[in-house]
Amino acid sequence: MAKLIFFGRLADITGQTEQVLDLPANIATTADLRAWLDQGHACDGVLLETSIRLAINNDIVHEPADVDNHDEIAFMPPVGGG
Amino acid sequence: MIDLTDQPFDPAESLRAFQVQAAGAGAIVSFTGLVRPNNTSSPVTRLYLQAYSPMTERGIEAAAKDASQRWPISHLTITHRIGDMGPGDPIVFVAAASAHRRAAFEAADFLMDYLKTEAIFWKKETGPDHATWIEPRLEDYRDSARWTQKEHP
Repeated sequence: MAKLIFFGRLADITGQTEQVLDLPANIATTADLRAWLDQGHACDGVLLETSIRLAINNDIVHEPADVDNHDEIAFMPPVGGG
Repeated sequence: MIDLTDQPFDPAESLRAFQVQAAGAGAIVSFTGLVRPNNTSSPVTRLYLQAYSPMTERGIEAAAKDASQRWPISHLTITHRIGDMGPGDPIVFVAAASAHRRAAFEAADFLMDYLKTEAIFWKKETGPDHATWIEPRLEDYRDSARWTQKEHP
């Protein structure tokens, strides 16, 4: 199972802060994942924005990166500081 | 030395504890940030701050290490609130100790600029008629950029 985390406004848009699920076999990269989730949550392109960065297992990745069904994948809008 | 907490804290108590830790220093500079009761256009009744552990802590630790390499600091402490806060609540406490004041002032200022611009936090303001996730402000980036300008005049 993969764990997805949506930070900031993305939780409001997707309707959840975390989601644990099995990634379909055809989701191999961050690009696949973004497109699949954006459509699944009817996000209207928000999850495709380049300002949204992805972290895999707590490290920000250069995209496209490979995703694995055991990863924790975080969707991170621009950080606003404290 | 770096503490992210979802519990309210008392900056006066933090300063007293830091003074004990930093015994022998000649200067302590501390900064306390409080939740503002309004933003540029409307009142703020609640502030919610979200972090991503341990990524957020790792970033703050790296900034603290950077500060210690730039200035002769003997001790540093950073406390940052996460979770739900109200106006007037302490949100951040930074203290730096050194033999002389300049290093402590600059290290504290540098760390606050990091915390206000680059630290991994997401912030939501709620008011009587709005609830908004706050995006970075341009002047925050300028504050942070001045440290690189100083190095390369």
